[in-house]
Amino acid sequence: MRLSKAKRQALAYKTSQFALSVFRFVLIVGISYIILFPVLTKISSSFTPLRDLGDQTVNWIPKHPTLDNYRLAIEVMNFPKVFFNSLFLSFLVAVLQLASTTLVGYGLARFEFRGKKLIMAAAIFTLIVPPQMMMVPLYLNWRFFDFFGLLKGGGLNLMGSYWPFLLTALTGTGLRNGLYILVMRQFFAGMPRNLEEAAYVDGAGPLTTFFRVMLPGAVPAMVIVFLFGFVWQWNDSFLTTLYLDSNFLPVALSNLSRSLAAYLEMTDVQYFSLIVNAGSMLMIAPLLVMYAFLQRYFVESIERTGLVG
Amino acid sequence: MKRLSLRRQKALTGYLFSLPFIIGFIFFFLAPFIQSLIFSMNRLVIVSGGYELEYIKWENFRYALQVDTEFLPKFTETLLRMLVDVPAIIFFAFFAAMLLNSKFRGRLLARSVFFLPVILGSGVVLSLEQTDYMRTMLEQSGNALSGFMSGPALTNFLMQMKIPPQMMLYVIDVVERVPEVIRASGIQILIFLAGLQSISSSLYEAAEVEGASGWQSFWMITLPVMSPIIFANVIYTIIDSFLAANNELVVYIRSTAFGGAGFGVGTAMGVMYFFAVAVVLAIVVAVMSRWVFYQE
Repeated sequence: MRLSKAKRQALAYKTSQFALSVFRFVLIVGISYIILFPVLTKISSSFTPLRDLGDQTVNWIPKHPTLDNYRLAIEVMNFPKVFFNSLFLSFLVAVLQLASTTLVGYGLARFEFRGKKLIMAAAIFTLIVPPQMMMVPLYLNWRFFDFFGLLKGGGLNLMGSYWPFLLTALTGTGLRNGLYILVMRQFFAGMPRNLEEAAYVDGAGPLTTFFRVMLPGAVPAMVIVFLFGFVWQWNDSFLTTLYLDSNFLPVALSNLSRSLAAYLEMTDVQYFSLIVNAGSMLMIAPLLVMYAFLQRYFVESIERTGLVG
Repeated sequence: MKRLSLRRQKALTGYLFSLPFIIGFIFFFLAPFIQSLIFSMNRLVIVSGGYELEYIKWENFRYALQVDTEFLPKFTETLLRMLVDVPAIIFFAFFAAMLLNSKFRGRLLARSVFFLPVILGSGVVLSLEQTDYMRTMLEQSGNALSGFMSGPALTNFLMQMKIPPQMMLYVIDVVERVPEVIRASGIQILIFLAGLQSISSSLYEAAEVEGASGWQSFWMITLPVMSPIIFANVIYTIIDSFLAANNELVVYIRSTAFGGAGFGVGTAMGVMYFFAVAVVLAIVVAVMSRWVFYQE
């Protein structure tokens, strides 16, 4: 009797576990579908020719798949040029931001000095001020850049150059840099002190210790900061239009339907949306490739990144 | 040169490491921040080799609030939108993180899909999507999950449940925005998941030995330990929703400054927006910090 009761219990447990995993599976597939839906529509419509649009039987998979949308998007956006411009800028900005925020994060994590709390508060403060509020002063500062009053006579025009991006990235005040500083600080604060102390005992200075001992251990957090920095710069059209011109991918893409109208000397909302989708694919494809390589750091080792502390 | 004491040496090193940010904060952040407060009370004219200011007190604010017909509706709508979205995002992200934290086959794949919006969910592509013709077509043809529960069926269902009308409107609104909420939750899920993984399993084991059910250990362990992370996540979500690239108000402020009523009015709108963010954050911090539980 007892045995069969135990068996029944085991069976009930197994059934409930099974039901739970089915439920979980359905939920995860559903949510994944919602997340992937925009990407899937983009892929599908970017290969759809105009003549399949009116066809009621065409759903998701075009009958006459075509690369013409891509060809036109590449030509009208001047894709090779804007792609390499964006790639170069985003890479440079991400590397400089990584360097500055890592240094500052380490300084805030491991050294005691007056005003440290104030600096942390400042980093948070930079996050909560909408860049739109400071847009006008920023524009004017870079338009008439006078090295903070050192240069007389109107100053330099840094608009249309990379300088506004490089200088803010180098000083950890670019887009969302406050967040990266906090992430790096949390990460360094969570690292064990023994190695560092051993290095100091062996006579290494703070810089040597930082580069030789701390940095190799901080790679997971650095990958995340780099990826975020790159992605935000890549997607940013706000500062790019403010400081630079339309020769960058996000700007070229948001102008695409207007450029198409000028190029083809006609307007067709349906047709243009196919080409804009092809353009969007061209923009997100590099991010997807990069994500495919770096997603390990998101997926497996978040517990070590110190996002939480 | 006199040798510094070890403590002063350490403090100096700390300053040196933080120096880039100190410089950047003063020149590239604090200066324009103060300038924008000044600009919002001036009329700004670009002249050759610089710009000139004319002090006009609150005129720009008056213009933004009383003359401009679009600013105030957009402003209130953005704030209300945030009130709806933030709790929804936090609940969903917490739930999704719990889901992804459990052990099942293919969870690495599931995680990489769930974090995908972190990469795709910002900037131009997102704002293009909202006007995308193909997407609307496919959604209308019933392919999308977005329409699966919205509309009259859900309203009727909720009416029968005798839910108070305000609550009902909120639920309908949230359900209709499910896809957007999910796509806005990438980073929040990431942060929650990192938090869940940092809870030491010995806590749960001890609770199990004491005979606690899964439900109890959720309320007694998971929630208190996670409370600082929930707090941080709420703050992050508020900031994120205020600064989103597809935020209508943000777009409007920008077009005002560089096309419409001019720099001064645009900056005044930005200043009001900032103070709204600051007030909302202050209220949230004041309310939530009582509830947050710190382990040490």
